[in-house]
Amino acid sequence: MVDLAALEAEARSSLAQATDDAGLESWRIEWLGRKGRLTGVLRGVRDLPAEERPLIGAGANRLKGLLEEAIAARQRELSASASEGPALDVTLPGRRPPLGSLHPITLTRRMMERTFRDMGFDVVEGPDVELEEYNFDRLRIPAGHPARDMWDTIWVADDGSGGPRQLLRTHTSPMQIRYLERRQPPIRVIVPGTCYRYEATDATHEWMLTQIEGLVIDENLSFAHLKGTLEAFVRRVFGAEIETRFRCDYFPFVEPGAELGVRWQGDWLEVLGCGMVHPEIIADAGLDPERYTGFAFGMGVERVAMLRYGVRDIRHFYRNDVRFLREFDQFRGAG
Amino acid sequence: MDVPLKWLAEYVDWDLSVEELAHRLSMAGAEVESIKRSGGEWDQVVVGRVAAVDQHPNADRLRLATVEFGADEPLQVVCGAPNLAQGQTIAFAQVGAQLVDPNTRELRKLRKGKIRGVTSLGMVCSERELGLSDEHEGILVLDTEAELGTPLADVLGDVVLDIKPTPNRPDHFSVLGIAREVAALTNGAVREPSSSYAESEIPTEQRTSVEIEDAEGCPRYTAIVIDGVEVGPSPQWMQDALSSAGMRPINNIVDVTNYVMLEWGQPLHAFDYEVLREGRIVVRRARPGEHLDLLDGSELKLEPDDLVIADAERAVALAGIMGGAESEISDSTTTILLETANFQESSIRRSRARHTESGTEASRRFEKSLNPELAELAARRAAALIIETAGGAADLGIVDTYPGKRHQPQVVLTQRRLEQILGVQPSVEEVRGVLSALGIPNRWLPPDRYAVSCPPWRSDIAVADDVVEEIGRIVGYDNLPSEPLPGAVPDPDIDPERVLGERIRDVLTSLGLREVITYVAVGEDELTASAAGSGTASVQLQNPMNVARDRMRSSLRPGGLQAFALNQREAHGVLGLYEVGKIFSPRPGNQASEARMALALLGGQAAASIHGDSARPLDFYDAKGVLEQLGAGLGVSFELSVDAEDAALASGQSAKLNVSGKQVGVLGKVSPSVASRFAVDGDVFALELSIGTLAPLMRDEVTVSSPSVYPSAVEDLALIVDTSISAGDLASAISGNGLVESVELFDIYSGDQIPPGSKSLAFRVFYRSPDRTLTDRDVEKARRGIVRRLESQFGAVLRDA
Repeated sequence: MVDLAALEAEARSSLAQATDDAGLESWRIEWLGRKGRLTGVLRGVRDLPAEERPLIGAGANRLKGLLEEAIAARQRELSASASEGPALDVTLPGRRPPLGSLHPITLTRRMMERTFRDMGFDVVEGPDVELEEYNFDRLRIPAGHPARDMWDTIWVADDGSGGPRQLLRTHTSPMQIRYLERRQPPIRVIVPGTCYRYEATDATHEWMLTQIEGLVIDENLSFAHLKGTLEAFVRRVFGAEIETRFRCDYFPFVEPGAELGVRWQGDWLEVLGCGMVHPEIIADAGLDPERYTGFAFGMGVERVAMLRYGVRDIRHFYRNDVRFLREFDQFRGAG
Repeated sequence: MDVPLKWLAEYVDWDLSVEELAHRLSMAGAEVESIKRSGGEWDQVVVGRVAAVDQHPNADRLRLATVEFGADEPLQVVCGAPNLAQGQTIAFAQVGAQLVDPNTRELRKLRKGKIRGVTSLGMVCSERELGLSDEHEGILVLDTEAELGTPLADVLGDVVLDIKPTPNRPDHFSVLGIAREVAALTNGAVREPSSSYAESEIPTEQRTSVEIEDAEGCPRYTAIVIDGVEVGPSPQWMQDALSSAGMRPINNIVDVTNYVMLEWGQPLHAFDYEVLREGRIVVRRARPGEHLDLLDGSELKLEPDDLVIADAERAVALAGIMGGAESEISDSTTTILLETANFQESSIRRSRARHTESGTEASRRFEKSLNPELAELAARRAAALIIETAGGAADLGIVDTYPGKRHQPQVVLTQRRLEQILGVQPSVEEVRGVLSALGIPNRWLPPDRYAVSCPPWRSDIAVADDVVEEIGRIVGYDNLPSEPLPGAVPDPDIDPERVLGERIRDVLTSLGLREVITYVAVGEDELTASAAGSGTASVQLQNPMNVARDRMRSSLRPGGLQAFALNQREAHGVLGLYEVGKIFSPRPGNQASEARMALALLGGQAAASIHGDSARPLDFYDAKGVLEQLGAGLGVSFELSVDAEDAALASGQSAKLNVSGKQVGVLGKVSPSVASRFAVDGDVFALELSIGTLAPLMRDEVTVSSPSVYPSAVEDLALIVDTSISAGDLASAISGNGLVESVELFDIYSGDQIPPGSKSLAFRVFYRSPDRTLTDRDVEKARRGIVRRLESQFGAVLRDA
């Protein structure tokens, strides 16, 4: 009776001794060659008593397969360690695949959008070239109203076609009106978008700026919900420990109106304007202002980006100097 | 608006530090932009008393003053002032105080010092050292009952709050308006200034008349005539008040008009009555060619839409902005006509912008839209003050022409609305207390509502929520509750173009390109040069920031190429930029239309490296690789059709990009003439996509196929074809076979080995079946089918078959 298990053990231990191609080859000849030991067992099967033949035959065949796998594995193992290669100067520079980037305003806008999405807000956009009617009149800022001075406007030239007066929107607030034209409460939406001001540029003023507008209308909403929502936003953007305050401010389309400030590196800084949606805006949308109330807010994305990333001059954003854009690589994925 | 606290204290009391007062005002809406102190900060300078004077042991001209200043122990200082005497109340500067150096006139910190061997622990100050005046002969002796140790700033000089009113609050342009805020914020009450004066028996109507030709421009005009005034300097208290509020005292009449303007927020003007032809007033638009000499010496050429105050014959003032020189109050004036009027803000704004640099104190207030009701209150107050300070007697009654009088509606506010908006229910006492302190007339109508009306100095109390704001801001927004949003989350409004724009950003970023955001305003030559919209109109701006960039972009190319050129010098190697943004086109008679676009620009050199990689300039196929990977990332297969037919792109190196047979963009080399126009060096390749066109072509439903578990078979096919046959067509023909998983072109050859006019293309073909291992026979059959098709379709010959 042949002890196949002992044979396998012996074959494996001798295979482990083989350290190069020559060793492997002599092992192969010893075990699997035409005159090899396992080949001999297989040949001898037909001489075995009939009752042992199937058992030993199958076992030896299986072992042949196992040993063939084993030598192949050993071969791979040896060739891998042989090809580890020479020692390199690992301090040499690598071949760098290019690193792309989102613009810091996109990065910040998305972070702000994500924060509002987490609170159930929808995100929509509106036109940059806006009708005077939507940018001003329907927001309770008729021509001649002193509040128009709050926004220095870039106007679209009259093309003589008798069409409506157009301008570059001075804020994203017109979308409050446009969204109310197509949606019914409950309303919970933010509107990111580019706005324009006829304003000399300096370190803190750009004529082109990015705003995020918000509008929330439902039954039973009060100033408390305005505070709760915007405080939650500010905590998520500036950290849980941020101190906030609301002071009275004026925007013609809200009443009461407020401004949210945060204490940033010791100083109180204005972050956004907000207020309860003026009842006339709600009534103009065909809703009952006694039943529906809500709040609106607007904030500058550049401002938030400047605070979060310590950017001192707003004009960097649209100069598009790659050396500046590259600075934001470190925030990739961190939002 | 500069609000001096001493003046403010005439009307209201408060028991708060200056900082706390400023803070509360700001939080309630009257933003204090800065706190200014006349004479300096005077930190560490307090009221002291000279308890004893002794001779300095080592110097004849110096003495030793023992000063009590409210501390437990008095301090001894060395003093050289000849007027020093025991018992004097003086300004005592402690060590650490900032004082003006009497010699250099610069601020210097006071230190403990030894003078001729005696330690001096402070200083008894002169006016010069305090920055009050040039006086330095002796020390300043104070005339005050203030307790020792009181900060000098509380006794001398004044603190001024610089307040920035919001457009709805013209009353914040007045000391009295701020006093009402302080009263409301401190549970106090305002002391109303006196407006009573004796009148003569001559009715004012007999002396003058007021005719308003333009009732829209001038809703109200009141006139009071005062006889027998004696023009001279105004009293010191008034001069001090005006100076500390930043106005120059002139004479008692003009000073009163300025004082009342600052007190009430209502501008007034005094005319020399004798100079007015026929002694009457006409408010009208200027006549063609009319001129007016102003108080400030300028001569105005009036325009027909300038609103003027005229007498029977000629303009005597530019309404609401500035008076004329001729009717100015002079030393010889004895009778005045006092104007207190209301002018429409847009009329004032137009004339102010035309005729002045930055407006006047009067125009600034009128531009905030004053309530016409305020005019009479201010007129009577001014008349009382003129008679008090310049003597004279007012005629009986006032002439009040008031075509713009409106019914002042009553506002009803319910308790329910208060709670609905604020989230809390203030008590009736609290609500009425706030409103009354603000001077807002109010009544409680049990069981649940208030009747409120708008006071004359405001125009912003029109609906119930306006009153709600008054309560909320005085209570303090920070004292109101805060709650998370309740209720259902609405379904989103998905905008496929917005979503696609964001996806394009993500894929291009992952391909190593950097996003830029460029200005939307461009110049005509830039647009023409980038030939994006040759022939297409653009949205013109009436008042662009820069006249050279006077239109909205109808292409992303000018901005992109500028950004590319800007960065080219600093970019060592490959430069890849992209922008996702809007372009604009006019629609006559309608709102301009906007379209979302994406533009990627790629160029530069793949750099050489010390690892043996050689440098090579990027070419068309690098850009095409970006396109292919973008397509892979978006699940879109872009079909290229030769030549973009785009004037800005090189015709032999560009293509239209189609999806489902529709053109969605272009790819190609920017033609060198365009590149050089934007100062771009070397080749730059552009990939431009119309997001609006592409978005609807995107597949809505995407199913992901599972990778086959069966092995693939690989074969190479080398084909000889006519040079006109494109590789892409051959590859798609090969892919048409059902067993072909993918095809890669790995070699192109043309030369001696093959017939002229032909080329050899070698493809590596991967065969795979999702459900079985392919046999050699399967592969051979598939290959035969492919070759037959290539032969018949393209005349291809299998090479080295």
